[in-house]
Amino acid sequence: MVKINLICIGCPMGCPLTIEKEGSNILRVTGNTCPRGDAYARKELTNPTRIVTSTVAVEGSDVVRVSVKTREDIPKDMIFACVKALKNVRLKAPVHIGDVVLENVAGTGVDVVATREVYSLSDPG
Amino acid sequence: MKAYDIVIIGGGPAGLAAAVSARKNGIDSVLVLERDKELGGILNQCIHNGFGLHTFKEELTGPEYAARFIAQAKELHLEYKRNTMVMEISPEKVVTYMNRTEGMQQIQAKAVVLAMGCRERSRGALNIPGYRPAGIFSAGTAQRLVNMEGYMPGREVVILGSGDIGLIMARRMTLEGAKVKVVSELMPYSGGLKRNIVQCLDDYGIPLKLSHTVIDIRGKERLEGVTLAKVDEGGKPVPGTEEDYTCDTLLLSVGLIPENELSNGMGIEMNRVTSGPNVNESLETSIPGVFACGNVLHVHDLVDFVSEEATAAGKNAAEYVRQNSGAACGLDGREVLPQKAAIELEAVAGVRYTVPKTINVERMTDKLTVRFRVGAVYKNCYVSVYFDEERVIHKKRPVMAPGEMEDIRLDKAKLLEYPDLKKITIQIEEA
Repeated sequence: MVKINLICIGCPMGCPLTIEKEGSNILRVTGNTCPRGDAYARKELTNPTRIVTSTVAVEGSDVVRVSVKTREDIPKDMIFACVKALKNVRLKAPVHIGDVVLENVAGTGVDVVATREVYSLSDPG
Repeated sequence: MKAYDIVIIGGGPAGLAAAVSARKNGIDSVLVLERDKELGGILNQCIHNGFGLHTFKEELTGPEYAARFIAQAKELHLEYKRNTMVMEISPEKVVTYMNRTEGMQQIQAKAVVLAMGCRERSRGALNIPGYRPAGIFSAGTAQRLVNMEGYMPGREVVILGSGDIGLIMARRMTLEGAKVKVVSELMPYSGGLKRNIVQCLDDYGIPLKLSHTVIDIRGKERLEGVTLAKVDEGGKPVPGTEEDYTCDTLLLSVGLIPENELSNGMGIEMNRVTSGPNVNESLETSIPGVFACGNVLHVHDLVDFVSEEATAAGKNAAEYVRQNSGAACGLDGREVLPQKAAIELEAVAGVRYTVPKTINVERMTDKLTVRFRVGAVYKNCYVSVYFDEERVIHKKRPVMAPGEMEDIRLDKAKLLEYPDLKKITIQIEEA
């Protein structure tokens, strides 16, 4: 049996997790304060994922960048592919929170959505 | 002169939550003054996720969190002015502001909520030797450039200071194609949240060097490199530990300072530890009817707690307006009842400060949150609260660190059992 220590990233508490593992079999997760910690530990050791946030260009507004995020977490090794795919995206104002900016980013099956309101010059909110 | 019941200085997370709360507590005449071109404050450039788990029970990005409060403000038809800079507030609560459309204006407020936030400590405050080339930015400035203006400050980066903004920017710059070579922290522990070390540094293999600082800056026009050295317990560089890094960018994430020029101008009593006003249980400063909340009061780690604090400040300001309408202006000649002397909160033995600083039991809520920070890393210690000499709270905490704000809750019913109480002491006790 091996013991692995992780810090949970589920919330700002940052619980220190200890995972007991036999081969690829996770026996026990301790140190977590809530169920998110247990889920995080199991996922982190099998298929680590992250929400990715970035920005894309926007035209027709007094702001020039729109903040965006992957609607769900994507595999960790797809983070750079995701950011790269967003490089060529150009949006036109107005943009609303939740608008899909890029579908199925880098083949992950996850959409990238806008996380801020962008008003057009003609209707500045 | 135009008059408002409550004027709120700042339209960031604190100001918005205070305004929404003041309105929900029955005050119609509320005005928010914001110097930027949009509401939301610093949240607009904090595009990463992790906000709102306490407030909304879901993980939001900064702009999304701000948008929730902006939507509430609009729904309540709150009045606000953007691109508007407050120049001065008098002790009599006359607010002088300026903007391009109205020029210089003065308004009379019955109550004021200070919600100006904080700013970053700059290179000038650090005394780093060396040249003064281009390429040295505070982490928050770089964050604004990358996330809002769409500019990359540089390609090869060293970060001094492991506060959360520095950690977040280490990841952000990496994602945008920069090479972040190292994060150097003067203290033997990080000033940021543990999860940010994991998801911003460890995920990208960026080394964190604790007890290290920048001792030299090279380059005349543009930054060419920095020298890092280990520091001893007294913070002095240890000879022979110098390491050179080539870089074109140095980001500083070395602390935040509450922005209290307006508070100082009013003559409000300040706290030397927090650099914010001293406040009572109602988050009211030494000037009655002037309240403070959010990072202008003390620097927070989590916006959720800013919102919570500001909601209380807005409610208390509303209460003040209700109780003092007329009386505050001395119009009806009503005598102000003498108040019982407030109980002092004293921070000792590892606790650096408390917010609030004094408590008037009659005015406190049933449960009052007292927030504080510790001065060093403590493991398996107790937070103890003494009512005069008697220990009434003894709470075990596995880990406490200066980078993570702590709190305890005081029970009004319990406090009422101690009618002669003069002092509440909060301290850390070893196990």
